[in-house]
Amino acid sequence: MSVDKDTVNKIARLSRIAISDAEADKMVGELNGILAWVEQLGEVDVTGVEPMTAVIPNKLRLRDDVVTDGDVRDKVLANAPAREGSFFGVPKVIE
Amino acid sequence: MSEYRIQGNTGEWEVVIGLEVHAQITSESKLFSGSSTGFGAEPNSHVSLVDAAMPGMLPVPNRECLRQAVRTGMAINAQINRWSRFDRKNYFYADLPQGYQISQLYHPIVGEGAIEVTLNEKDPDSPTKKIGIERIHVEQDAGKLMHDQHPTMSFVDLNRSGVALMEIVSRPDISSPQEAGAYLKKLRSILRYVGSCDGNMEQGSMRADVNVSVRKPGGELGTRTETKNVNSIRFMMQAIEYEAQRQVDLIESGGAVVQETRLFDPNKMETRSMRSKEDAHDYRYFPDPDLLPVELDDAFLEECRASLPELPDAKRARYEALGLTAYNAAVLTAEAETAFWFEDLLAEGVDAKQASNWLMSELFGALNKLGKTLDESPVNPKQAAELLGLVADGTISGSIAKQVFEIMLETGQGASAIVEEKGLKQTNDTGAIEAEIAKIMAANEDKVAEYRSGKDKLFGFFVGQTMKAMQGKANPQIINDLLKKALG
Repeated sequence: MSVDKDTVNKIARLSRIAISDAEADKMVGELNGILAWVEQLGEVDVTGVEPMTAVIPNKLRLRDDVVTDGDVRDKVLANAPAREGSFFGVPKVIE
Repeated sequence: MSEYRIQGNTGEWEVVIGLEVHAQITSESKLFSGSSTGFGAEPNSHVSLVDAAMPGMLPVPNRECLRQAVRTGMAINAQINRWSRFDRKNYFYADLPQGYQISQLYHPIVGEGAIEVTLNEKDPDSPTKKIGIERIHVEQDAGKLMHDQHPTMSFVDLNRSGVALMEIVSRPDISSPQEAGAYLKKLRSILRYVGSCDGNMEQGSMRADVNVSVRKPGGELGTRTETKNVNSIRFMMQAIEYEAQRQVDLIESGGAVVQETRLFDPNKMETRSMRSKEDAHDYRYFPDPDLLPVELDDAFLEECRASLPELPDAKRARYEALGLTAYNAAVLTAEAETAFWFEDLLAEGVDAKQASNWLMSELFGALNKLGKTLDESPVNPKQAAELLGLVADGTISGSIAKQVFEIMLETGQGASAIVEEKGLKQTNDTGAIEAEIAKIMAANEDKVAEYRSGKDKLFGFFVGQTMKAMQGKANPQIINDLLKKALG
């Protein structure tokens, strides 16, 4: 698997990351290096082996349905770049 | 079930419809955090640091939300997947602080099932159709955006962020707006019976994404469009009608349907393209590394099954066995609230037939007049049972019961108290009745003679006169007996 410059630009756009043309060129080489490195795993034969979901044997823990959190509006809004009353203010987004 | 066809210039067109219904799971707290799901709270008060996606916060699933999804799956006879997994659906939007929605793409908790719909659920002879359900998965809701509060800013309220939703995906088995409406009604009824969603479309607890395409009858499937977030059954049917016609017109005038997301505008009764960017749907799903797979054990599944209530179809059969007509049984079971009301009456000792007749004529009639739903009824089942009990034991007649019911609706007083206060008790005092009968016979000697010479129909006249003289309070059976004796 490898990526070309178009793919890099597309991923950057989907991730809302602005990159220059020169950065994209550089990124193609770096990403392909990473992909090639990870692809070494393909050498291992995993036929019949269940995909691993956790490094140590572990089960998903579930919560009971009770209200134990919330009511921390000021904490939630503390880092908002623009707080408007009880709301987050964001640049107008409308379809 | 129904032959719905659009007449185009080039012949008939068939419509193919699939629905994705988002139903808010009834729960106290959110899918992955302990904050409240309560409706109508102060903005951003029902939000934890998990829901606001602060760095380092980890999701912990709510057992009840998974349980309700599984119970819903069981109610539609679906395959329940003991092993399922959460995936991240990545996209940027101001109402989604995580930058991804936790959903289930590859391994949903519920697999294939089906529900049977009929075009008229109140007509037991109406033909039925099986609509396949492809899957039900569990996912998070997003926050709410407000665009009209500020000239240059949108406001974000995260109270809904992280609330649990079930996405119920149908097969494209639906072929008319009417079938789509019947499907949504039946689904809502099942969700309410199961208790997994309140089905309240006005508050947004249930909304539908509508996939529509058209084709020549039996031909290849056409390209579909998806109309998002339709929040009433009527709007959904209108959106389908409009969208199918638009596609036919487009194709027949030489154009091609573009696979796209559209919005329904109920004011203009039309759908509009949302003109999203071409790669907006590249969600780059991958398994959520914060969450282990969901594994359901036997005990969990057994509890889910054991806690399922009797469902509409089974209820209907049981009501018919109680002696109700097929029509009454169908009406009483169409909505969970109606069935529960009816059963509350039975639990208070009211006879099944008496209860169903009274509910369908008196109560429904009164609510209709008041413009109220059953939930808002001024009279509860216990109070109604008191009234019906007075009729059953002969304390008041059926016609007096109607008067008493009207007073109950107005004043909220109990039936016995009204009967006592207004002196409406039915009298079995034969002496008083006989006295009135004698007076009436004396005043209508001609009619007495006619009756005695064979004009039997006049008997009703004497019953009416006697009842009137007794101000409706005499026991009709006693009047009958005494009149027969007196008229000879």
